[in-house]
Amino acid sequence: MLDLRTCASLSEAAGIVSGDRQALLIGGGTLVMREVNEGRLTEGTLVRVTDPAFRQISAGGARVELGAGVTMAMVLANRELACLHAPARGIGGPAVRTMATIGGNLFAAAPYGDFTVALLALDAQVVLQSGYGSGRAVSLEDFLSARERGGQGLVTAVQFARPQNPPELHFRKISRVKPKGISVLSIAAYLPLSGGRVTQARVAYGAMAPTPIRARGVERALDGKPLDQAAIQAAKQAALEGCRPATDAIASEWYRREILPVHLGRLLAGEPR
Amino acid sequence: MAKLPVQFRLNGSDRATFVDPASNLLDTLRRGLGDFGPKYGCGQGTCGVCTVLVDGEPQLACLTLAASCEGRQIETTSGMADGPELHPLQAAFMDHFAAQCGFCTPGMLTAARALLAKNPHPSRDEVVEAISGNICRCTGYEPIIAAILAAADAPGARRA
Ligand SMILES: Cc1cc2nc3c(=O)[nH]c(=O)nc-3n(C[C@H](O)[C@H](O)[C@H](O)COP(=O)(O)OP(=O)(O)OC[C@H]3O[C@@H](n4cnc5c(N)ncnc54)[C@H](O)[C@@H]3O)c2cc1C
Ligand code: FES
Ligand code: FES
Repeated sequence: MLDLRTCASLSEAAGIVSGDRQALLIGGGTLVMREVNEGRLTEGTLVRVTDPAFRQISAGGARVELGAGVTMAMVLANRELACLHAPARGIGGPAVRTMATIGGNLFAAAPYGDFTVALLALDAQVVLQSGYGSGRAVSLEDFLSARERGGQGLVTAVQFARPQNPPELHFRKISRVKPKGISVLSIAAYLPLSGGRVTQARVAYGAMAPTPIRARGVERALDGKPLDQAAIQAAKQAALEGCRPATDAIASEWYRREILPVHLGRLLAGEPR
Repeated sequence: MAKLPVQFRLNGSDRATFVDPASNLLDTLRRGLGDFGPKYGCGQGTCGVCTVLVDGEPQLACLTLAASCEGRQIETTSGMADGPELHPLQAAFMDHFAAQCGFCTPGMLTAARALLAKNPHPSRDEVVEAISGNICRCTGYEPIIAAILAAADAPGARRA
């Protein structure tokens, strides 16, 4: 049988999650409750957090901090988070977005995890709390590479530096079913321009590997260049570096590899999908 | 495992029941409280037929932990009509033949109700977006979109 513990503080929840291998945090429940409904999750303890800090948004300053329990609908309702509206809007329909949290999205298996792709392009940090002590910040990239091993504790928040110029964060979700469908892949690119040249490009993909990944080859191809035909061509050529896409019900590995450079090229050229 | 007590307002009435710790709201409404407005389709969040309003926001009852609804306001299609008088959305669905088998109708009505409460005069694109999490296997969606747009123009349609 499954048990439920409701925790009024984040540290209480972190203590339970790290002390009991069968304890599982429930955020919005959009993935956890599927497992329950289908009879795949039958034992252990679901841990619920009611601590207001879990749902807190601090978006006014240069550094943004979002509680892990912030939902996609809360992101969409916040004008200061406009740069994250496109990835938040890409997740499910309105009823999914009311429930789905950004913390849960960090754990969603491919081809899910679209919001995390945008956070990766923002070079976000994840605040992890593994016992009753205080949280520690780790880079999202390190968090994702350790994700499959599990047992990282509770994510209490994500943090990132606010993009100086929000339109420089580009996001595209490529899906077959309109208006809503699961990702064939998603791309986020933060391309700050200085003197007409890209400086410190950060590009990330979803569904092109078991977790969202950074596209280092593309970043190298773009850095210091104007966003012209030559740079876009070089970026397309480097697009597949490090990719290990899966074949699943949405698309084959072959198809994902074929279309990624095409969509990356269109995104960089500012063309419509 | 001990059952947990839960109390919430359902369509304006206080209701109290006991739930298993991991029960979902849909089971609690249908089996526990006899509200058969929200339907059980997929149990996975994909069909939208179980959509209800929790504190005015659309949620999928099949994925909502019943215990998390303590003290909340839950609204379903069972509470939409005002006595014999249909809600403008219900009337528009009839007028526009927006239901064939009718299975998706409660979820569609609830998704539309959430939209019109926030945005009384939506564009067609906004209507499409609002029902994008709801699957209909019969109508081809066009009559549903037309009904929602018509209800948005109807007198009194703002009543959430
Ligand atoms: C119909 C439908 C459509 C969807 N479409 C998309 C889509 O287009 N793109 C997409 O990316 N996703 C999609 N999803 C998947 C999912 O809704 C989202 O990824 C969502 O962000 C998951 O968050 P959650 O809070 O609901 O996760 P939950 O189900 O609550 O949790 C998921 C996992 O994360 C763990 N977890 C959650 N929060 C924390 C935390 N703070 N600390 C530690 N562990 C935690 C849980 O223990 C669990 O293992 C869809 C889901 C459905 C049902
Ligand atoms: S039954 Fe809830 S979405 Fe299908
Ligand atoms: S009317 Fe049959 S599913 Fe919509």
